[in-house]
Amino acid sequence: MEPHIIGTSVPRKEGREKVIGGARYVDDLSFPGMLHGVTIRSSMARGRIRSVQFEAGIPWTEITVVTAKDIPSKNCVALLIEDQPALADEMVNHPEEPIVLLAHADKYLLEEARRAVRVEIEPLPAVFTIADSLARMHVIWGEDNIFKSFHVEKGNVDEVWSRADFVVEGEYETGAQEQLYIEPQGMIAQANPTEGVTVWGSLQCPYYVHKALVRLFGLPKDRIRVVQTETGGGFGGKEEYPSMLAAHAALLAWKSGKPVKMIYDRAEDMTATTKRHPSHTQHRTAATRDGTFLAMDIDFTIDGGAYETLSPVVLSRGTIHAAGPYNCPNVRVRSRAVATNAPPHGAFRGFGAPQSVFALERHLDRVADVVGLAPEELRRRNFIHEGQTLAVHQVIREKVDMVHLMDRAFDLSGYHAKRKRFQEANPRSATKRGIGFAAFLHGAGFTGSGEEYLASEAALEVTREGRVRVFASSTEMGQGTNTVFTQIAAETLGLGCDQIEIVQPDTALVPNSGPTVASRTTMIVGKLVESASRAVQHSLFERGFLKPGYGANEFAVACRQYIDKFGKLQSLIKYEHPRDLHWDDQRYQGDAYGTYAWAVYVAEVSVDTRTAEVRVEDFVAVQEVGKVINPILAAGQIEGGVAQGIGFALYENVVWQEGRMVNGQMTNYIMPTSMDVPPIRVFFEELPYARGPAGAKGIGELPLDGTAPAIANAIAHATGADITRIPITPEVLLEILESAHV
Amino acid sequence: MSDAARKIRVQCEVNGRALRFETYPMARLLDVLREQAGLTGTKEGCGEGECGACSVEIDGALVNSCLVPALQADGARIRTIEGIAGGEHLHAVQQAFLARGGAQCGICTPGMILAAVNLLARNPQPSESDIREGLAGNLCRCTGYTKIFESVVEACRSIQQQPGRRA
Repeated sequence: MEPHIIGTSVPRKEGREKVIGGARYVDDLSFPGMLHGVTIRSSMARGRIRSVQFEAGIPWTEITVVTAKDIPSKNCVALLIEDQPALADEMVNHPEEPIVLLAHADKYLLEEARRAVRVEIEPLPAVFTIADSLARMHVIWGEDNIFKSFHVEKGNVDEVWSRADFVVEGEYETGAQEQLYIEPQGMIAQANPTEGVTVWGSLQCPYYVHKALVRLFGLPKDRIRVVQTETGGGFGGKEEYPSMLAAHAALLAWKSGKPVKMIYDRAEDMTATTKRHPSHTQHRTAATRDGTFLAMDIDFTIDGGAYETLSPVVLSRGTIHAAGPYNCPNVRVRSRAVATNAPPHGAFRGFGAPQSVFALERHLDRVADVVGLAPEELRRRNFIHEGQTLAVHQVIREKVDMVHLMDRAFDLSGYHAKRKRFQEANPRSATKRGIGFAAFLHGAGFTGSGEEYLASEAALEVTREGRVRVFASSTEMGQGTNTVFTQIAAETLGLGCDQIEIVQPDTALVPNSGPTVASRTTMIVGKLVESASRAVQHSLFERGFLKPGYGANEFAVACRQYIDKFGKLQSLIKYEHPRDLHWDDQRYQGDAYGTYAWAVYVAEVSVDTRTAEVRVEDFVAVQEVGKVINPILAAGQIEGGVAQGIGFALYENVVWQEGRMVNGQMTNYIMPTSMDVPPIRVFFEELPYARGPAGAKGIGELPLDGTAPAIANAIAHATGADITRIPITPEVLLEILESAHV
Repeated sequence: MSDAARKIRVQCEVNGRALRFETYPMARLLDVLREQAGLTGTKEGCGEGECGACSVEIDGALVNSCLVPALQADGARIRTIEGIAGGEHLHAVQQAFLARGGAQCGICTPGMILAAVNLLARNPQPSESDIREGLAGNLCRCTGYTKIFESVVEACRSIQQQPGRRA
């Protein structure tokens, strides 16, 4: 037996291929006779398509042209509902909406052809802001522009206001954020009526793409095959959009009879694909004289863009996280996702929670100020404890010690001493320093009954040589799925990591393990891998081929004997929802998540008041995440998430003009570089979660929630500026600082 | 026919091997390497010289190959990610990226490793700020750079412990 693989930093499974340049991403693949595909998009935010003209001078007969009329079955990108067309037909509802597809073997000719397609659109009035959408300035989706709304009610907030010592109100906004994976979206398709449709691409969720293609082509499930190629980052950006791109590549391949590759360039990727939902939040908080919360009334709205896509579930997670890790007897959260004529906003790491957590944690610093307490003291008096209930009536049944996490984060960052020192020194300096923090939780896995509906599966098969193959649709996109699954299987089976093989996600081979999202891969699917490993081992024990305490050779011999006698040694495990977890979809109450990760992040900043530039000088991230399976991978998740959070807070500003992103380049949409990140110091507390593999919880999204508010609170501490929206670009901060002086 | 539309012959050395090809003078070196030389380890992230995923060395200088016209490759010595390891033997920088978590999704990794190798060749004992500056032209969206810095420090240490090994 080789114990203790869990908890050690075994090197990344596919790491060697990545460091030698041998890993094959979709654009590295080439098929004989392959064509390239491009997209003609809407120039208008909303309108009626009058005509599509193909100008002279292009050998059009050589070019494959696809429009909505060529779609074999339903013109939609099937997801939660079917409101989004794969290709616009008659109407366009956002800038960059796809209308016509072209394919040809010569990329240069194809580019000329793309410029020679004229789409005439008669403009219709459009809506570009949350406020205009809510006011129904024009109804652009459904009957009221509302994709989804939620209402969470605990206690009775309305009875409280009159007897509260303090009532504090605030309004907060967060901007759109581009996922900015460094590998742009890409797909290759091969399709014909006899063999069906196969796509290879950069994607997070093979079975989402599968579902969309089944609907688009009207083919039986076994005639659609989706294969994930090495994926150069996703962060949610390759959750739903690849279904659209797969649809396009497959339609061109279907019509041309040849393989078709579509790779977006950076500008197309940034302007046409999804981003984090912009948000607007209103808070009204009642507290007693000693700072105890009496009521929280929260109104949370996100901008979903032109089609529903995943907005209802993004809204759901944002809503549940809106009241944070606090105990409050009366809570109301009203929330909604609204339509605007922008490209649909979508999944981005954190999935609604970074928006509502920013509002809450920034607001609580302002509540503390009004009550006359230090921000940490206000939190300390209101943190949730085991046995208390969250806003959605979920009783916390796990050990949680936010005070300990906070104290540890303060010790590690020197919070108290710095807070005092900066306050004393700042009046004498043009460069102001500040330190601030955020306390938060993040639920792992699908929300509410989501995991029950998904009913994920994972499988394990053992070869005659004793090699173990893991079958799951969970994708590796840098976060470490391959390595973590390997460690779980190796540890459970008492084998070395090199005996475990992770099968490339391919819907022809792997079962549906659900999407690779929602911090669910390690915790939910990893648990299935653990159970499947255990089942295989049990079979060998039960039949007497193996005894506990075996070595790798004995395992191989036992596998051979078992397979010779019974043919195959494999195990397929299906998720079973714990019976004591209850969720009521109608009342929107209950056990929203099986468990939560808990965290306190501290940011230290300096602000040059002459240029209003902010630098993050130090960052301490303390979190309780259950058992850490691979410390280097886990820390890498937090560090990378914090860097994205720094971008969300300070730099990443999507500039909109009538629903179109006008700074869709890496030159003018600024993400953190190696010069911009502080030392990011990551610390884990490990309280094993009984239902996670080896006690692990999900952590992927967690760091996006707390980073931005910690930085905003630090800037407020440094400058006294009342930060209510992010990104806090120098322009924004200058405006706040100047208005404060007037 | 203008000169730009006429193909030219280019002769250069890529990873120690002679390479001859015909292409348009303004074709991107990135495309030539990937499509004509089959060296797909060099990646395209932005096509405008911002992200550094397409970094290669030309005559020892680190460049963004998406911004280099093919005609400039004539007579040059080019090194790509495929030329960094010595056969099966990983370069110290590659080994450190593997051991220290410097690679996550891997798409920026080839360029990042080229930048790190180039830095250590110029400056065998870089300070932390030298490392930050040396990698500033290479964007990574996964790591927050922390594990990349640690990888470079580790590579530096291991190179010093093995004298005679080239950076």
